[in-house]
Amino acid sequence: MNIVTLIILAPLLGTLVLAAVPQSNSRLVKIITLTTSLLTAAISIAMALKYHPAKGGFQFVESHSWFKSFSINYAIGIDGLALVLILLTTLLVPIVVVGGWNESENGRWSVKTFYMLILVLETSLIAAFAATDVFLFYVIFEAMLIPVYFLIGGFGRGERAAAALKFLIYSLFGGLLMLAAVIGIYVVSIGQGAGTFDVTALSHLKISHQTQNWLFLGFFIAFAIKAPLFPFHTWLPGAAKSATPGTSILVLGVLDKVGTYGMIRFCLLLFPDATRTFAPYIIALSLISIIYGAILAIGQKDLNSLIAFTSISHFGFIVLGIFSLTSQGISGATLYMVNHGVSTAALFLAGGWMIARRKSTQVDDFGGVQRITPVMAWCFFIAGLSALALPGLSTFVSEFLVLIGTFTRYPVAGTIATLGIILAALYILYLVQRALHGPVKEGNEDMHDLTIREKIAIAPVIAALIFFGFYPKPMLNDINPMTSTLMSHISIADPTPLAGK
Amino acid sequence: MLTTPVLDYNLLAPILIILGGALVGVLVEAFAGKSNRARIQLPVALISIVIAFGWIIKIHNLYSATAAVGSVSIDGAGIVIQGTVLALAFVALLFIAQDDHFVSQASALPGSEEEAMAISTGSQLTEVYPLILFALSGMMLFPIAHDLITLFVGLEVLSLPLYIITGLARRRRILSQEAALKYFLLGAYSSAFFIFGAAFLYGFSGSLSLYAIHQATLVPGGSHIFLLIGVIFLTVGLLFKVGAVPFHAWTPDVYQGAPTAITGFMAACTKVAAFGALIRIYYVGFSALQNDWKPILTTIAMITMLGGSIAAIAQRDVKRTLAYSSITHAGFLLVGVVALNRAGLSALMFYLVAYGFATLGAFGVVTLVQDSTGEVGDIRRWAGLARKSPWIAIAFALFLLSFGGIPLTAGFIAKFSIFTAAYASGNIAVVIVGVISSVIALFFYLRVVLTLFFQEPTSDVVTVAAPPLMVKVGLSIACIITVVLGIYPDAIFNLVQSLSNLLL
Repeated sequence: MNIVTLIILAPLLGTLVLAAVPQSNSRLVKIITLTTSLLTAAISIAMALKYHPAKGGFQFVESHSWFKSFSINYAIGIDGLALVLILLTTLLVPIVVVGGWNESENGRWSVKTFYMLILVLETSLIAAFAATDVFLFYVIFEAMLIPVYFLIGGFGRGERAAAALKFLIYSLFGGLLMLAAVIGIYVVSIGQGAGTFDVTALSHLKISHQTQNWLFLGFFIAFAIKAPLFPFHTWLPGAAKSATPGTSILVLGVLDKVGTYGMIRFCLLLFPDATRTFAPYIIALSLISIIYGAILAIGQKDLNSLIAFTSISHFGFIVLGIFSLTSQGISGATLYMVNHGVSTAALFLAGGWMIARRKSTQVDDFGGVQRITPVMAWCFFIAGLSALALPGLSTFVSEFLVLIGTFTRYPVAGTIATLGIILAALYILYLVQRALHGPVKEGNEDMHDLTIREKIAIAPVIAALIFFGFYPKPMLNDINPMTSTLMSHISIADPTPLAGK
Repeated sequence: MLTTPVLDYNLLAPILIILGGALVGVLVEAFAGKSNRARIQLPVALISIVIAFGWIIKIHNLYSATAAVGSVSIDGAGIVIQGTVLALAFVALLFIAQDDHFVSQASALPGSEEEAMAISTGSQLTEVYPLILFALSGMMLFPIAHDLITLFVGLEVLSLPLYIITGLARRRRILSQEAALKYFLLGAYSSAFFIFGAAFLYGFSGSLSLYAIHQATLVPGGSHIFLLIGVIFLTVGLLFKVGAVPFHAWTPDVYQGAPTAITGFMAACTKVAAFGALIRIYYVGFSALQNDWKPILTTIAMITMLGGSIAAIAQRDVKRTLAYSSITHAGFLLVGVVALNRAGLSALMFYLVAYGFATLGAFGVVTLVQDSTGEVGDIRRWAGLARKSPWIAIAFALFLLSFGGIPLTAGFIAKFSIFTAAYASGNIAVVIVGVISSVIALFFYLRVVLTLFFQEPTSDVVTVAAPPLMVKVGLSIACIITVVLGIYPDAIFNLVQSLSNLLL
């Protein structure tokens, strides 16, 4: 069996096993989930080792006819972009399971339901990144919303039902616009010979500029909602506020990356002319996202929505990198996706533990945590530093690449984006000051520090932040060939440097 | 000299079998003892449906335009529609078989002594079964009718029994009778419109046959105005039956008032049959006039999709919500009619299958949610149902998600294929409006799902009745078809596609 299919199916098999386990035995449920996710992670690492970065193009391809009348295939394949995002997914899930060992206990439904939903979500995330058939991608893109809807609505807190509905309606609205565009490009492909949904075949179509513009918008708005980019972001803070930490990690860390992934895979690849037309506007939006998200993050009183707003700022950087249309920008953005996923995981893990102990999400209720629980506070601090892209942490490399890439084509935009770094320092350090330092606030005295289980969960995350901060080469080796293939396909060259080398 | 018309009984057999079953049902009512009737009627109905369905499979590739002297035309599309109607009716009967939903005697109130007595003597109403079969025979004739008189006969035969059954709800008698009267009066008006249109078309072409009308439209010159008046009036009559805006006003009232299982039958089977007839009239009879009727039908499709979904948001009653949802779906189906290409035809037929089973299933679930006074319509009282009976809630959510067109359900494939056909025909505006109304529609579908799953159960005693075996079977069939057509649509779609042909 194709190794990618195996990775897609493994969590699904785990779900089936879970279905047979009695509801009352939540310990067994967790162990099975953990085993499944570890196994999936192991297979995906094996796949990464077998992957040839230099070869370029899609590898491990597999295609079966699924819906012949519309020549729709179950077609999957892996390139550098898909590889790093799949690795991010499969490696984060076990961490989410270990880190949030008890977070599903107080839900509306059983622990078993929670983990079944998590595993279904994992399967659909992997499949979304691996799909090379536009229709298959669309189906997964939409179907994966359902488990998230139930994860937020069934296990969250506060206004969870409203948050879940808002998330779903926003995403489905974008999805349906995308459906119109998917149909559109299929009809174009019928007009030019055989109808197809294969992304490579579609990328060779000759589409008139105006049609490209419409189809591009159909895809782009869907991805901008998912990413989320200003002004489509309003669902995110609510969702992050209501979801459990584990769900937040998967939603902000991975699911939202499907949006930025889609921009590279579909918007750029299929509609190069439209991309060039819209790039300046999108760059303007991403700059607004960067600044707006950062400013709002400074003012947030709720820890979760603070992290959500920092993410809006970071997604601004990713989109900026993508639409700078330079190889540094796109590679940097891809790297950024992975690093942001890891950094978000660290923030939500540490933040989630703080919230669980203090039983409050308000930043002002914390204070002096550093003195009571030094290890937890340090973890949160490092996570915060990764969010402000401190040199030496992996997020710095990607932010730097994005800024360089942007600067070579759009110097003004690059300069404005740099402001985001300063604001990031502000929101993170202000948060750290309020939450970790200062006199010990009432109610914090009895907090206990991280347990062994929690340390095990967060250690690999922090290790990855530091390791890839110093040595991003393994990831860039996988990403760069993808970027250069893409750039040459859409026939865009990097701008020549202004001064000599 | 009089020549006897030659009838091809082989091709007409499915309709005749259903009519035969209905007549047997009438004889049972006349001669069987009161206590035995219910036990005999249901098997008679189910068996006639199964035999008719089997016969359709047998004749599925025998096409003929002269099976009844040109009055009907048996072709691929007709066969698919007939088969769909029969399959849907089979499942609908499984829900209808819960006999406590029907009045025992016209005057008996629920829970009254009269009713108790009527039940104890076993004199429940069992006329429902032959009436259903009569309606069914009309539904099978309607989509294959090839001249306007046969169309009218089909329309009346399918409508009259439905007017009666609508008034038979056991609970909320007044509402039910009001619904029946409304349905009857508006139905009579629409029949009048239909006949009026037919008369004008006869005046234009000198014939009632769709083929002759088509030929007449090809001849240049002539009085175009009679033709257009005829087309418009005929359209009004038919759009009334499918419940398109602005001819939809009866739908919510009738759907709410009728016994729920019957509502399911009407919403699914009537709509399939009516669209079968619409396809034939517009694809065959008026195909040369598409520049005249296409803009009208396109506009109606758009306002139907938007109107149905917007009005549904304000509804609090489950049955009314589903009624508006069915109006929205009539709009989506009209998108397939105006596509006017072969892809549109097969997409439309696939849509009918997907929509029909989900509709039956959804109304089937509604029959189960009860308190001491009968079914609970108020959606707010469905809160937290998922906790009381998760499987029923999951099934209901599945049908709603399919209505909403979420991937991996039949509704998604249906919507996708119908939009693709419309897009390919160059009608992009209708696709855009369709997408927008899908989002609006999704809002209220998801709100119901949210009520079911995320809200705390209310304190009052809303229970889910333990479904009888037949209801379980019916729900399972609906669920399985909804999922299978969503995940593996190829087999059915290929079948429908290969049968997407209409005889002139």
